[in-house]
Amino acid sequence: MMEALAVLFISAGLFFFFTATVGLLRLPDFYSRMHAMGKADTMGLLLTLTGLALYQMGEGLSWSKAFVAFKILLIAVFWFLGGPTATHALLRSAFEGGKMPWTKDGQAVLDWPRQEER
Amino acid sequence: MTERWGDLIVETIARLLVPFQQLYSLYVLAHGHSSPGGGFQGGCIFAASLVLLIVAYGTRELRRRFPERAILVLCALGVFIYAAVGWLCLFLGGNFLDYSQLSKLLPTDPIMARYYGMAAVEVGVQITVMAIMMAIFLELLTGGGGQKGCSGNS
Repeated sequence: MMEALAVLFISAGLFFFFTATVGLLRLPDFYSRMHAMGKADTMGLLLTLTGLALYQMGEGLSWSKAFVAFKILLIAVFWFLGGPTATHALLRSAFEGGKMPWTKDGQAVLDWPRQEER
Repeated sequence: MTERWGDLIVETIARLLVPFQQLYSLYVLAHGHSSPGGGFQGGCIFAASLVLLIVAYGTRELRRRFPERAILVLCALGVFIYAAVGWLCLFLGGNFLDYSQLSKLLPTDPIMARYYGMAAVEVGVQITVMAIMMAIFLELLTGGGGQKGCSGNS
């Protein structure tokens, strides 16, 4: 029962990882690639780690197993805090560095905001 | 507090994560004998937490809290702890870093004294690795210019 649930979670996580990789390879520019990676990667990692924690718990409950599962979930929590923040910092510094998002006709989507801010 | 240069989200997350990161480095240090880890890895994780502080707040803020002189003193202090434990064993009649000799000083048997000696040496390694990593990182960041260079407002 627990193993089936774990397989389900890990397969869902792998699906999200696959989506993230396809997005990284196929999307046109930095922003949309980070959009794919930042979201789908976080989701995939959370699901995979939840599955691993469930697999670690196994059938019979015991304190040592629960402790290891708790540690695995801690990895998920800290990734959930850190990963999106890193994505945000990358995107923000790219935008402040003057990189414009891709558009179909090559036009800039907006005027460069630095002149207004400073 | 120097002038704001960072990003609110990054600063908040860094403030939230850095204590846990430092606690985790001490965990890695303390579990070095029974699981992967030890002084070097713990020191690297500790230095990584300080690097995160620099990324979020800039080098000027870090220098205010943790001046370069302190970093250099900590480098020397860690090596001193390592060598002091080693020479203490030597003076107690064993070889260099022969921890079981420490049982003559500590109220334990030689086997436990070996554990304590290793832990003390690992603490020294951790301090030195952390300080050296920070010194290297600051040197790379400022291009070897010491106080000059990228000081957090670029």
